[in-house]
Parts: sequence; structure tokens; C-alpha cells
Amino acid sequence: MTRHLRVDGPNHDDRLDHMAQGVLGQPLNRLEGPLKVSGRAAYAAEARPANLAYGVLVQASVPAGKVLDIGDAPGALAVIQDKRMVRYAAQGQAQKAPKSGPDQVEYMGQAIALVVADTFEAATHAAQNLMVRYAAEDVPVNPDAVTPELPPQKQASAGDLDRAMATAAVSVDAVWHTPSHGAAAMEPHAAIAQWDGDRVTIRAGLQMLSSNRAQMADALGIRASKLRLLAPYVGGGFGSKLGINAEAVAAAIAAKELNRPVQVSMTRQQVFDLAHRRSETRQRVRLACDPDGRLTGIGHDVLVSNLPGSEFSEPVTQATPFTYEAAHRQIVHAVARIHRGCAGSVRAPGEAVGVTVFECAMDELAEAADIDPVELRLRNIPEDEPVTGRPFSSHKLAEALRDGAQRFGWSDRRPNGQRAEGEWLIGMGMATAVRVNMLVESRAKVTLLQNGQAIVETDMTDIGTGTYTILGQLAGEMLGLPVDRVEVKLGDTDFPPSSGSGGSFGAASSGNSVYLACEDIRRQIAKAMGCDEPDLTLQNGMARAGNIARSLSELIDGSLTGEGHLEPGKTEKSVRQATWGSHWAEVAVNRWTGEVRVRRMMGVFACGRVLNEKTARSQCLGGMTFGIGIALTEAMEHDSRDGHAVSRDLAEYHIPCHADVPGLEVHFLSERDAYVGPLQAKGLGELGICGAGAAVLNAIHNACGIRVRDLPATPDKIIAGLEARA
Amino acid sequence: MREFSFHRAASVADLPAGATIIAGGTNLLDLMKHEVMAPESLVDITRLDLDRVEAEGDGLRIGALVRNSDLAAHPTIRRDYAVLSRALLAGASGQLRNMATTGGNLMQRTRCPYFYDRRMACNKRDPGAGCAAMGGVTRNHAILGASDHCIATYPGDMAVALRALDAVVEIDGPSPRRVPLADFHQLPGDTPHIETALQPGDLITAVVLPAPVAGQHRYRKVRDRASYAFALVSVAAVIRLDGGTINHAALAFGGVAAKPWRDPDIERLLTGREPSDALFAEAADLLLRPARGQGENKFKIPLLRRSLIATLRDATGMEATA
Ligand SMILES: Cc1cc2nc3c(=O)[nH]c(=O)nc-3n(C[C@H](O)[C@H](O)[C@H](O)COP(=O)(O)OP(=O)(O)OC[C@H]3O[C@@H](n4cnc5c(N)ncnc54)[C@H](O)[C@@H]3O)c2cc1C
Repeated sequence: MTRHLRVDGPNHDDRLDHMAQGVLGQPLNRLEGPLKVSGRAAYAAEARPANLAYGVLVQASVPAGKVLDIGDAPGALAVIQDKRMVRYAAQGQAQKAPKSGPDQVEYMGQAIALVVADTFEAATHAAQNLMVRYAAEDVPVNPDAVTPELPPQKQASAGDLDRAMATAAVSVDAVWHTPSHGAAAMEPHAAIAQWDGDRVTIRAGLQMLSSNRAQMADALGIRASKLRLLAPYVGGGFGSKLGINAEAVAAAIAAKELNRPVQVSMTRQQVFDLAHRRSETRQRVRLACDPDGRLTGIGHDVLVSNLPGSEFSEPVTQATPFTYEAAHRQIVHAVARIHRGCAGSVRAPGEAVGVTVFECAMDELAEAADIDPVELRLRNIPEDEPVTGRPFSSHKLAEALRDGAQRFGWSDRRPNGQRAEGEWLIGMGMATAVRVNMLVESRAKVTLLQNGQAIVETDMTDIGTGTYTILGQLAGEMLGLPVDRVEVKLGDTDFPPSSGSGGSFGAASSGNSVYLACEDIRRQIAKAMGCDEPDLTLQNGMARAGNIARSLSELIDGSLTGEGHLEPGKTEKSVRQATWGSHWAEVAVNRWTGEVRVRRMMGVFACGRVLNEKTARSQCLGGMTFGIGIALTEAMEHDSRDGHAVSRDLAEYHIPCHADVPGLEVHFLSERDAYVGPLQAKGLGELGICGAGAAVLNAIHNACGIRVRDLPATPDKIIAGLEARA
Repeated sequence: MREFSFHRAASVADLPAGATIIAGGTNLLDLMKHEVMAPESLVDITRLDLDRVEAEGDGLRIGALVRNSDLAAHPTIRRDYAVLSRALLAGASGQLRNMATTGGNLMQRTRCPYFYDRRMACNKRDPGAGCAAMGGVTRNHAILGASDHCIATYPGDMAVALRALDAVVEIDGPSPRRVPLADFHQLPGDTPHIETALQPGDLITAVVLPAPVAGQHRYRKVRDRASYAFALVSVAAVIRLDGGTINHAALAFGGVAAKPWRDPDIERLLTGREPSDALFAEAADLLLRPARGQGENKFKIPLLRRSLIATLRDATGMEATA
């Protein structure tokens, strides 16, 4: 029987704190780590089925228009231009294929065909040398060139912000720009498709297999039951593998047509062209407060872009409605329909850039009001969610701010421009961290064998985050087994459908389903023991209840199977769920060259139960590193004439490198959130990003008095400020 | 990538006519993958006996196959030509420097993104096709010595230091010769596809350094991240003071032109003078007189100015904070 739980109310029993194994939360190394560092974990493109052919995507060299003639490719096995091929990637959790019909070009670099050959090199050569003819169209490629749409459901207001601004004791009204970002995961997108009659198996780099299966079946026009997806190891996703993309669809079509397995891998340049980008943003933030720094007005007015008809638009203001109190509020969300590559979810969509900019505005307000930035935030923490009045599921912002200030030595911060070491001006900055939290439906199956070994199966993915490990720890905790007695099997649509990895909901959602499946097994053991399940203690393969103790091998005849099914329920709406934290940075700004070096950085986070102290910490380290990237280095430049992505490799698209990242410090606040299922864990993957860049930018200001509102803060922008002040 | 034939040369005499040389391959292979370069035949020179650093007169002869990592770590280079060691270590990454060779580094091609992208018009790649970079993303293009045909930069670091050190390139081929580094890289003019003084059939066999110049050796590279990025601008400096006045100043600049830039006028201006902010500002003005921005890269003008002044202050021992 499946243990099903819809999370309709709070759960205060802290059951996982009372289990006996003591393995959950431990900072264990990743279980699959040795396979990865020794090259034995095969990623999507690393399988080598016999008779494999190689496909390479042909890309449009015009920003829009119709493909008239694709030309031919001497030496290739096939040039495939199939109307089922998709123009861009599916958005996360979509149940249908993205738009198909590759002969209609919507952006420069779009996949328009596939060339297949016996080697990757031959296919690449043929693809690069096709003489494609187009009927090109003139289309807008710059957000400023069009009148944007204002989707009604994305606008919000309460009170009268204009009046609040006009009558404010202190106010800030400024505009920020952030550029497009690439997910830039280490593993380029790749797929290998192989048919067996009318059934197809596709190995691919994907984050969310159950929706990916629906998208793929829809794209190919086959039933989902005929389609198996495999993604046992994924070399990072950061949103770019949430939905299926051109390579996997093309591989499946080509494999059918050629009747042999076909691999399609994107080059690094193609990843930049074809994976979703984060939209550039223009953000106007208006803040009004009284003389004591209590906010009276909050305005967040944003312009983002996407292709015509694409439903996704960067949810920049996602956290704005509930982060701070204010009676008068307004959100404006405008979408420019332009022909740059498709925009979608990239590393904390929304808050990554929205909180970053908002927290810079808060720093400006603190300065204008002459109030310490930490104190300004503390004064504006709402009791309940503003406007709706819903309670928060848990709320540790104040604690994160106070704890962080103490640990970081915030009281040593000096007024702007008063600390220097040689050529370097030193400053400190801070910001609030906040990210919405959600659960997603998820299922898992757990089998407990007589020999005291457990097997966890779910189509959940581990995209480098540690899912294998935390699910193993969780099952070990629930069933009283050391982790090496638990085998976790992921990334296969033959297993029960899960939440997948995305939006920071993977660990909590899939974890709750594993918890439920284990609870199912615990009940069966309790029955065999003749006790109630809550009275059962499982530890190191032994079951105890009262003064009875028996080994699992005595209790189990063959094996026990448990199934878990978690669904989000009323707590989605009845409470405001979010994760909270604080970011702290100390930077050095070179007074001559405008180079910025982060000297130390710290994050304090509250994300419910921590399932593995080490993998959790790694998530935060990654997030904070992205924050450094957003603040200082990352920009996907578009050519203003045709919209094409100009920085298309990792030499030109500047992810922070080791030298940009100092020792980062991460602290977790102890927290159990009762509204997010029995695991009491919330999302963590993205929280470390949200606001981190603002701490860096605010530290730059403290160091040298310069506000960079056009991100990233590269040397040119700093020296422009330095020159203007000279 | 186009199919190519591959030959591993056993001796300098064993270079097939018309074959493209591959050394570390760190630049050429990337270009071949994009078919920006699509040679029909390659000759691998890494087995040639050109991987030594040896004395030549009062100077040094650096074989064309000496790896960047080895050269940077060479004790004589570190002691007597520190600017070169520093420039090398400011380039690329550890892995790349382990593969990259002295000859290949000199010959590395521009990082103009329009040159790398075959969808885009490029006079370097395809003479007469036009230049898509102009009017495009020009953040990292030239401010000095550009032409109406090309605004690309030479991106390397090592050669900037070599320029300040008055190095000479030793070439074997149909007419063996030595070419001063000053004349090795070419400004674009109306032939941006001609990038160096090499002729078909030529092989760089060594780079020769004259006797070392004692003094302060500096290499300051300003870039968009702390490591593993090409220079926005860079300054190689060898400065010697004698009793409060500058008696030797060699300055070369990277990231600003199609060749490592050097301007004898500013060196003359500095020589024999006492270090001062006013003097350094005058030198910067002189250096930047011919500078022209291309839109997005205008910032390089103040950036180069500031970088030069900071380098001179540092090399002459002036307080950083004044
Ligand atoms: C991601 C990345 C970042 C980089 N960052 C930097 C940086 O910050 N600073 C920097 O200076 N460089 C940087 N580089 C460039 C790197 O230094 C060069 O790729 C390298 O020095 C080339 O040397 P190689 O031996 O690998 O040359 P190859 O790739 O083998 O050859 C390059 C060219 O030189 C020619 N050639 C090679 N040897 C000879 C010879 N003996 N005679 C005549 N012609 C010859 C080849 O025909 C070819 O045209 C970077 C490269 C990459 C890929």
C-alpha cells in the first residue's frame, strides 16, 4: 500500500529527531563521489552503444525568418529537418513539448536541422558547411526597441505608492540593469536515443524526468509509456536541463530514421545559444520610509524579455511582496517580446537578480536615512505576510541578521572609503537572503531485503547536488541501517515519478516521498513485532519495541516494499513558505584599476532541517559563488543588431574562477519548519544565490563610495565612478 | 572539423611544405573545431629539439618549444627577467600553460568573438568580407593602431613582456633570420589577415633575450576576473632608478592593439626625470594621444592611463595611497 500524504497542515512531531540510527544530517561524502572522480560515472554522452551515429545540430545564422533550403551535406549519413524538432527548450514542469517546426527561425542560433555522420567531427564539418538559404525577417532584438506587454496577473498594488514617495522622510528611486546570464553547467547538453521497435530509450542530461517524459512523448507524437528516459548522472543543470531541448528530440527522430542509436551533443557554444538564458532585467526600485527607517512604500518595476508567445518571464519580484513591511506597494512586471534566445529558469529564477537589486536599494536607503543597514532590515520585518495577512511557515530573518552581524564582525565596519591597504580600498556589505519555498508531488519506492539491505527507487535526479547521498541517509535513518546498506537508484523513468531537481524543491519533495515509503515499511515491521509503529526503534539492522529485540532478517520473509507519495496541499496557500538568511561580504577595490576582489564572504541560512551538513554547505558555497558572478563577472552579451549571444564559451562568459572566490563561510540556523511535510526540510539550492551579489556590491560602495547599478561591476564601471568623483 | 593529415616532424628539415604547424595545440585546435582555421595538413613539432633555455652571449636563447609553465619557473627568468615570468603566470590557466609553447604563444590569434564566429563577417578570416565587430560588442577591442578593416587585439601576455625586454624572434625557413619582436606582430592596416612577419614555410625556433636589465620588473594585468581571463589592458615595465631619477624605462602595453604596444616617446620623457604624479600623468597623456575608442571599449583609455600611472608609482616606490 502506498503511504500518501497531502501536506494540508502542520506537523510538529519532529519524528526524525527521535530516530535511532543518527545518520541523517551527518556531513557524509557523496556516495557516488568516487565514481565521478575516477570517470566511472557515465554522463549522458558517455555511453557507447554499438553502431552509434553522431548528430550535430545545424543552427540558424539569421535572427528570424523562414528556412527555404537547407542544402546538402556530402559525406553525411543524413540531413534531417523534421517538423517535430523543437525551436527551443521546454520550460520546467511543462507537460507539453515546446514549439516545434524548425524551419521557422525565431532567434539566431536556433536549431534548424540535424546532420548525422559516422563521427562527431564529420557531422560537425558537414553541419558547419551547409549552404542554408533563408527568407530573413526584420525583428526587434533589444528590450528597449518594443512596447512591452504588461500581463495583468503579474501586476500588483496596494495603497498609493506615489503619495508615499512624495511624502516620505527619506526615499530611494533608482534603476538597475542586469545582463542575460547563462546556466553554464559543466556538462554540455547531450542525448543518446535508441529504438527497440516502437519503444525508445533516451539517455540525456535532464533534471526532471517525469515531465521530461511527457514533453518528449508529445514532441515525438508517441505514448509516454513507449518512452524511457535515463539520467543517472547529470553534470549540473542550474535550470538549463529542466525541460527537454533540441538535442534529445533530434536524437530520437534521427535514431528512428537511421535505425541505429544516435548521439547528439551540443558544443559549448551551442549550449550558450540553445539553453535557456536568464533574461536581462531593468529594475526600478522605489523605497519610501519614515525618519526611523520604517518603510512606508515599496515599488519594484521590472522589464524582462522573452520570445513572442513564450509563457515564462523572469519572476524578478517574487520575494518583493513579503520580504519587508510597507503599507503602500506596487509591482509592475513588463515583458518585452524580442528575438534573443529563449529565456527560462536559470539558477534561482527571480530572486537571483530581484533580491540582489532590491537589497542594493535597501543599502542606498540605509545610507540616505543614516541607519545601519542591518538595523534598517530588522525594523522592517513583517509579522505576517504583508497584504494577505498569512502567517509565515517559519521565519528566521531576524536571527540570521543578528547572528551574521555578530559572526562577521559587522560592528567593525567603517564609514565609506575609510579603510585602505596599499592600493586597495576595503569595505563591508550585507544583504538579506530570501527565496520562496515549495513542494512538488513526488513518489518513491523502498524495498527492504531480508539481508538488511534497502533499495530506494525514484526517478529523481542527482545533478551534482547530493541526492543519492541524502536519500540514502534518510532511508538509513528511517529503517535503522548504516548508509552503506542502502542502495539509491535514480534517474530512470521506470522508477516512480518524482519532483525532479529544480526550484530547490527536490530534496524536500523527493525526501518526503522516501520518508513515507520508509514509514510504510516501518508499519509492516511494527506489525510483525506486534507493536505500534511509533513505538518501534530501528537501529543497525535490529528492531526493538519495549523489551523485545529482533533482527530484521528474522522479521522479514523475502522482502518488504513501501511506497511513498507526497503531494503539496493546503499549506501551499495557508502559509507563506520561504527560506531566509543573511549575506556578508568584505571586498577590496583597487583604487587605480577598479578591480574588485572579494576578501571574505559569509552566509547564514535557515532552511528547515539540514539533511547532510556537507552537501548542504556545498550548495550554499555554489550559490554564494554565483552571487559573486552576478555582482562581478557574469554577462552574456548580445549583439544589438541581431541579438546573438556573443560570449559563447567559458573563456568569454566569466564564471568566477578560484581566484575570485575566497574562503566562504556558511552557517545554518537550527530550524524545523512544520508546514513542509514530515521531513521539515526546505529548499536550499538557491537560497545561497539570492542576495549574495548585493552584499558584494554594497561592500564595494562601502569601500569606495561608488554604486554600480549596471551589473556586473567590472573594472570599467568602477573606474567610471572613480573618474567621476575625481 | 575538417579532415586533415598529420605528420610528426623528426627534425627541423622534416617540415612538409604547406603544412600548418601544431605545437601545444591550445589555440589551433579550438580554431580548427570552429573551422576558423581548416588546414589540410598538420605538422606536429613537439618532438623537435627546441625545448631548451640556454645562454647566448649575455642574454638567453629560449627554444620555441619551451612550455609556458617551464619558462615561468626557470630560475634565470625569475631572477633576471622577472617581468617575463610574471606575464606568463598572468596568462591562461595552469593546465594551458603546461601545454602552451613559446612559439605558439607568440602566434596565438585574436580573441575577437567575431573572428571566432563564422556566421560573422571578418576581414582577418576572410579578407574583404567586412568587419562585424565594428558596431557590435567591442568591449575588448583595440584603442591603438586599429584600422577601418580591423579592430582586433593581439591577446597575449608573454609577448608584452618580451616587447619590454627587446626580445628577438629567431626564424628558420626559406630565409633564416632574426626579427625584433617590435617588428614581429603587424598592425592591421588594410591587410588584417597578415598578423606577423612569418612567411610560408617559416618556423619560429627561438626567442632571444638580450642581457638582463636590473631594476624593478612589473607586469600588471587588469581583467574581468581575478584569473583565467584575457587582459583588458596590461602593462609590462622595467624601471631602474639611479639616485632619485629614472635612468631606464621600458614599457609595453597589452590588450590595446594588434601588437604589444610600445612608445619610445614616453620612455624618453621619463628617462632622467624624478618620479612624480605630474610626470606620470604627462607620460600617460603622451601614450594615449593616438588612442581611439570603438564604442564599448572607450573605458580602456582611462583604464590604461590609470594602470600605467599605478605601475610607475609602484615601480618607483611611491606610496600607493597618495
Ligand atoms: C581558455 C584560454 C585562455 C587563455 N588565456 C590566455 C591569457 O590570459 N593570456 C595569454 O597570453 N594567452 C592565453 N591563452 C592563449 C594561450 O597562451 C595560447 O593558446 C598558447 O600560448 C598557444 O601555444 P600552443 O603551443 O598551444 O600553440 P598552438 O595552438 O599549437 O599554435 C598556435 C599557432 O601558432 C603556430 N605555431 C606554433 N608553434 C609555432 C612555431 N614554432 N613556429 C611558427 N608557428 C608556430 C601554429 O601554427 C598556430 O597557428 C588562452 C588560451 C585559452 C584556450
